[in-house]
Amino acid sequence: MEFSDTLEDLAKKVRIDILKMTSKAGSGHPGGSLSCVDILVTVYFKILNHKPNIPDWEDRDRFILSKGHAAPALYSILAKCGYISERELNGFRNLGSILQGHPDRKLPGVEVSTGSLGQGLSIAAGVALSAKMNRKNYYTYVLIGDGECDEGQIWEAAMFASHNKLDNLIAIVDRNKFQIDDLTENVVALEPFSKKWESFGWHACEIDGNNIHELVNIFRQIKPLTGKPKVIIAHTLKGKGISFMEGSNEYHGKCLTNEECIRACKELS
Amino acid sequence: MENQSTRDAYGDALVRLGEENNNIVAMDADLSVSTQTYKFFKKFPDRFVNVGCAEQNLIGIAAGLAISGKIPYISTYAIFLSRAWEQIRNTVAYDSLNIKMAVSHSGFTNGNDGASHQALEDIAIMRVIPHMRVIVPADAIETKFVVQQESTQKGPSYIRLNREKTPIIFDDSYCINDKVITLHDGSDIAIFATGTMVHIALEAYDLLKADSIDSTIINVHTIKPLDIKGVVHAAKNCGAVISIEEHSIIGGLGSAISEVLTSEYPVFHNKIGVNDTFGESGDYRSLLKKHKLDPQNISRNAKELIKKK
Repeated sequence: MEFSDTLEDLAKKVRIDILKMTSKAGSGHPGGSLSCVDILVTVYFKILNHKPNIPDWEDRDRFILSKGHAAPALYSILAKCGYISERELNGFRNLGSILQGHPDRKLPGVEVSTGSLGQGLSIAAGVALSAKMNRKNYYTYVLIGDGECDEGQIWEAAMFASHNKLDNLIAIVDRNKFQIDDLTENVVALEPFSKKWESFGWHACEIDGNNIHELVNIFRQIKPLTGKPKVIIAHTLKGKGISFMEGSNEYHGKCLTNEECIRACKELS
Repeated sequence: MENQSTRDAYGDALVRLGEENNNIVAMDADLSVSTQTYKFFKKFPDRFVNVGCAEQNLIGIAAGLAISGKIPYISTYAIFLSRAWEQIRNTVAYDSLNIKMAVSHSGFTNGNDGASHQALEDIAIMRVIPHMRVIVPADAIETKFVVQQESTQKGPSYIRLNREKTPIIFDDSYCINDKVITLHDGSDIAIFATGTMVHIALEAYDLLKADSIDSTIINVHTIKPLDIKGVVHAAKNCGAVISIEEHSIIGGLGSAISEVLTSEYPVFHNKIGVNDTFGESGDYRSLLKKHKLDPQNISRNAKELIKKK
């Protein structure tokens, strides 16, 4: 990260990395990586209390990427923070690379391996519970996809977190409206989504998840609330930032051709 | 000594472990009386987590605790933990998390509840996962040592327990490592047994002895990693082997032994176990008898096999 970069500039750079990484690899999930970029930039550069030079610092805030298929976005951010070198991004998904198709705990900055959906919220709740047991003040953040909220385990974890009053747990849902097959509302409707979380005992709020300013404010607002876990339903656009990808599900698991990638990067720079 | 179930021994051993190590956390999925983890809850309520009947979340919460430095011992019925197999595979095992899965009511020991509550495939589906240790204690004493030993092993373990009160085989001079334990060292036939079938195999030893057959009886408490040397040594000494387990003949102890012997020292091998079928309601003893998990069947098999040598 250049000193003069705004977070918006940084988000553009991350988006370029995502497109280049997935196009070079010839596979990956650009759509859902692009939708959550602004959330990740905000969390890593404004919210998270962490020390990239000491990844296992005991008192760090924890972040878990439950929607592991957004790995390209996470890897770009980890490189910008200094957990890994920018050079590593070129190896994404290649044999022998430390950058697996989905996040691997062996990578500095990755708390737990993810990729199979619906599991991150439980793991994050376990981490938050451990903080309570040890009277530690760190927070646990977890980013989940809207599609993965079909999984029953999400709601098992939601009940568990509110029952145990895990107010040190903050979940963010990347509400980009799509899952692989179609719109979430066409596959198995999630709405009224916010009310579901509230009825499960969570403090829920909805914001524009592609607006960094709004994101920063909401994190600051909800962090001090006590007694309940908190969820931010972040409304985003799949493929955010690239005109021909925005709001489309075509690029969930399909990457751009070289020509498309060049065109998209031009749009961003 | 009076008969005791391995789940009873587990409940007591877990409390002792909790006294020694503050990082031990006990977890359950709404079966703490059946699994005996309630004893830990009574002593250390702040280090006990009940997730309700939600086995997938049980694994997730345990994973979160484990990556935070705790050592979760998690329990439910063996059959219900299988429900979270993919979570166990992708999180617990892939990340080699320090989670000990001590499950009760394995095999037919949940007899009257019927097929839905009987785990006859669990050794197979756990053994196939990389990084996983699979241990089946044969009695209460062995259970106590296994619970202690696994707390010092980094990584995941599957500890298979049961509810039936079975004879005490070992005494406090018992010492565990990953090696098989030879209880009788004969030369006519080697009988490998695990868990509840070890005392059955010991009864078969007496039957065979009465007919002047000198058998080797081996307790395979650790099915993975398997003591290859110990298995091959017994096969070489006896020239024919039998395996017996309260589990499907597919994928369990018998398969593990076959996998070794076919390449290292092929000998005749009869697998005694549940023959690719489900259980049903019935009392434990009757179920064992129906599925021929008894000393008489071992004895019959041994005699037939010896003729083939």
